[in-house]
Amino acid sequence: MKYIKFLFIGIFFGIVLIKAQVASWYRFEEMFLFKSFYMYGVIGTAVLVGSISYQLITRFNLKTFYGEKITISKKPMMFKAQLFGGIVFGLGWALGGTCPGPIYAMMGAGYTIFLVSLGAALLGTIAYGAVRRYLPH
Amino acid sequence: MDVVLEWLRAPWPWYISGALIGLMIPIMMLGANRRFGLSSSYRQICAASVPLNLSYFKNYDWKGQAWRLWFVLGILIGGFIAGHYLEGILTPDIEDSARQVFSSWGLNEVQGLLPEELYSWDGIMTLRGFLVVVLGGFLMGFGTRYADGCTSGHAIMGISMLNPASFVATISFFIGGVLMTHLILPYLLKL
Repeated sequence: MKYIKFLFIGIFFGIVLIKAQVASWYRFEEMFLFKSFYMYGVIGTAVLVGSISYQLITRFNLKTFYGEKITISKKPMMFKAQLFGGIVFGLGWALGGTCPGPIYAMMGAGYTIFLVSLGAALLGTIAYGAVRRYLPH
Repeated sequence: MDVVLEWLRAPWPWYISGALIGLMIPIMMLGANRRFGLSSSYRQICAASVPLNLSYFKNYDWKGQAWRLWFVLGILIGGFIAGHYLEGILTPDIEDSARQVFSSWGLNEVQGLLPEELYSWDGIMTLRGFLVVVLGGFLMGFGTRYADGCTSGHAIMGISMLNPASFVATISFFIGGVLMTHLILPYLLKL
């Protein structure tokens, strides 16, 4: 039961993903076409709230609600991986019009076809695991 | 209570949606001492469920990351609640100029969150539907693990931490996305 809080955090995030329309193929295409401010507004506000929160938490050395010291590290820079992997991700993001969180939320919202998206994404993950030693990192 | 429900059911303005997504960062940090991110769940599901002789999965402590499965299960339930009780799959207010582009791509109407002529069990039987759903999902899954993160882990969490790696990743996400939407997708959808 120590993981039950993650279930509730997930429920909150799942509702937000659907209601924010950031699981919508149309919204992603509209964004990449530069035809609408909507997604830029959503992402911009999210980063604004996220970065102010992060700054406050780290500047004031806040502890978790249950009194633990916060021990979050930054992901390591692997320039080639973030560049090439990022471009591959972007190609898939704009083609499928979805990303990792929304796939789960859309399955829940009743679009069963996202089982196929999830299967394809897991195949992509396995393929990466198989060829990663040949790729520049 | 009715007023709250009515408000929840109406389309949310972008600044409310964005602020709630941003709140995931303090929620995860203060509530769980974790980074916010989704795509590691792919690695975890693969490590837990498929017997693969690959170090990328064998060296992954998927049991120690069990919280990710609970998080993902919650997202599924949240999607169900939003979709069934909070009018979550209303058609977005897409700009007319974007609608014109969609119709030039041979998509008939903007209805719901996505074009069901591509995203449905009938849709993936067509070549273009298959490419959008399966190739799209595959590239996304491959790329997110190669880049060590996705839109949530890099573009939201990483940028909020001012992590240079996440700036590289996010800019690359957009380069790939713009290339696809402007140069490749219009041709794939005509197949």
